[in-house]
Amino acid sequence: MKYLCIVYTEEAKLAALPDKEFEQLDADSLAYDKEMRDAGYFLAAQALQSVETATTLRVRKNKLSATDGPFAETKEQLCGFVLIQAKDLNEAIRVASKIPSARVGSVEVRPVRALADKEPWDKRG
Amino acid sequence: MDAGGPIAERVEEIYRTESRRILATLIRLLGDFDLAEEALQNAFAAAIATWPRDGVPENPRAWLVSAGRFKAVDTLRRRARFDAVATELAKSLRTATAQAGEVPELEDDRLRLIFVCCHPSLPPDAQIALTLREVCGLTTEEIARAFLTTAPTVAQRIVRAKGKIREARIPYEVPGLAELHERLEIVLHVIYLIFNEGYSASSGESLTRGELAEEAIRVTRLLITLLPEPDSEASGLLALMLLQESRRSARTTADGEVVLLEDQDRSRWNREQILEGVGLVRQALATRNVGAYTLQAAIAAIHAEAPGSAVTDWNEIVGLYDLLNKIDPSPVVELNRAVAIAMRDGAVQGLLLIDKLLATGELPDYSFAHAGRAELCRRLGRNDEARKSYTRALELMQQGPERRFIERRLRELRR
Repeated sequence: MKYLCIVYTEEAKLAALPDKEFEQLDADSLAYDKEMRDAGYFLAAQALQSVETATTLRVRKNKLSATDGPFAETKEQLCGFVLIQAKDLNEAIRVASKIPSARVGSVEVRPVRALADKEPWDKRG
Repeated sequence: MDAGGPIAERVEEIYRTESRRILATLIRLLGDFDLAEEALQNAFAAAIATWPRDGVPENPRAWLVSAGRFKAVDTLRRRARFDAVATELAKSLRTATAQAGEVPELEDDRLRLIFVCCHPSLPPDAQIALTLREVCGLTTEEIARAFLTTAPTVAQRIVRAKGKIREARIPYEVPGLAELHERLEIVLHVIYLIFNEGYSASSGESLTRGELAEEAIRVTRLLITLLPEPDSEASGLLALMLLQESRRSARTTADGEVVLLEDQDRSRWNREQILEGVGLVRQALATRNVGAYTLQAAIAAIHAEAPGSAVTDWNEIVGLYDLLNKIDPSPVVELNRAVAIAMRDGAVQGLLLIDKLLATGELPDYSFAHAGRAELCRRLGRNDEARKSYTRALELMQQGPERRFIERRLRELRR
């Protein structure tokens, strides 16, 4: 079963971190990616640029509208994700709870809904 | 078949005592709540149909689990015509059926069920509804009545929770030792919420809803016998509930009016529950791990053992509230501590603390804070202030008997 671990942080809080701590967070995140990969949980992970760099698209009646920023103003912003493979929710929670960003923000663990029997990039079944 | 015959009575008795246990095992074997529920009903239907002819089996529980499993295979086979996944499941289930030896697993299954129903990924109202439905075997109608909501609302909560268990794949397992403590905290909290709703209903006509309190005590007893290692907070919670429950019949008059602790007829307190509760508190206090439930139970134990309100050891109670405020601080604990101070040092001292607490703005809508303030003002003869606070308390109180108590006080003050 796949779970997407969606990482939210307050960008202002993240920006206010001293350089040393910010770099440490990056290093910890990369190290944990490797740990998850070695243990067979890891499928993919990325950190995101600030929401200020985002563009939101909508297509209505075949007409594209592109606007600045995320669609909703919220206290915490989406800042990254980790896609993992776990046998059940308890295992997913165990793995996701050690994502370093959970220490500064929050991690939402969502089961992935398969749209087809097998995604082309998925070799695990 | 004679519906009222001895076999039917025996089946009914087994249903009462064993059905939750059998359900817990069927959920593990079938991996699905609804399939297990249906299998359980079918197994008992089969018992009613065949036992009068074949006699009651030597081990009825094992017979019913096995019958439930076969009925589920039938159900899946019927569904399989439309559903390929069910075919797979039925196949693996037949393999599982061949492997017996589930006896030592049976008690674990009940514990698994408790932990799944109280999984942190489920919303609190669903945890409560699911625990009462699956662990205690209450019907949705009974749960709805107890929580003053409608059966469809409760049913929807349960359906959604089961959907989440399935979709997010919440496993049917007792958490490992690393997580057991945190997960147990949630279980105890759910049980405590159920008890509280039974002990002091948040609204409605009846002051207590005894059934819920009894169920909460029953589940805690079960939990304590099932836990892989003793937990002092589980014992503390059981003690707390027993000690509070011991006062039930003295807490209201025959026509359902509130009787304050100091006015209760202490000879009507349940001595057996007090004895057990006090024993459990002593045990829990003797461990190094003293938690919030144990401290609250220790406070309840002092009340339970005091012959009267005036001779209660209020100094000890204040000390316990101090400890409680250290490990689990909350404005409600502060309020209770202020009342204990009033009993120890006089109403003026208590009133000072309550006013300070209300000034922080943390309990503006808590009816009991205003009622407590009113009571202290009344004792000090500050009747205008007492009336004002009782009026505010009345605006916030939703429970019938408590409302009538405040109204009575207001009438007395008007004289």
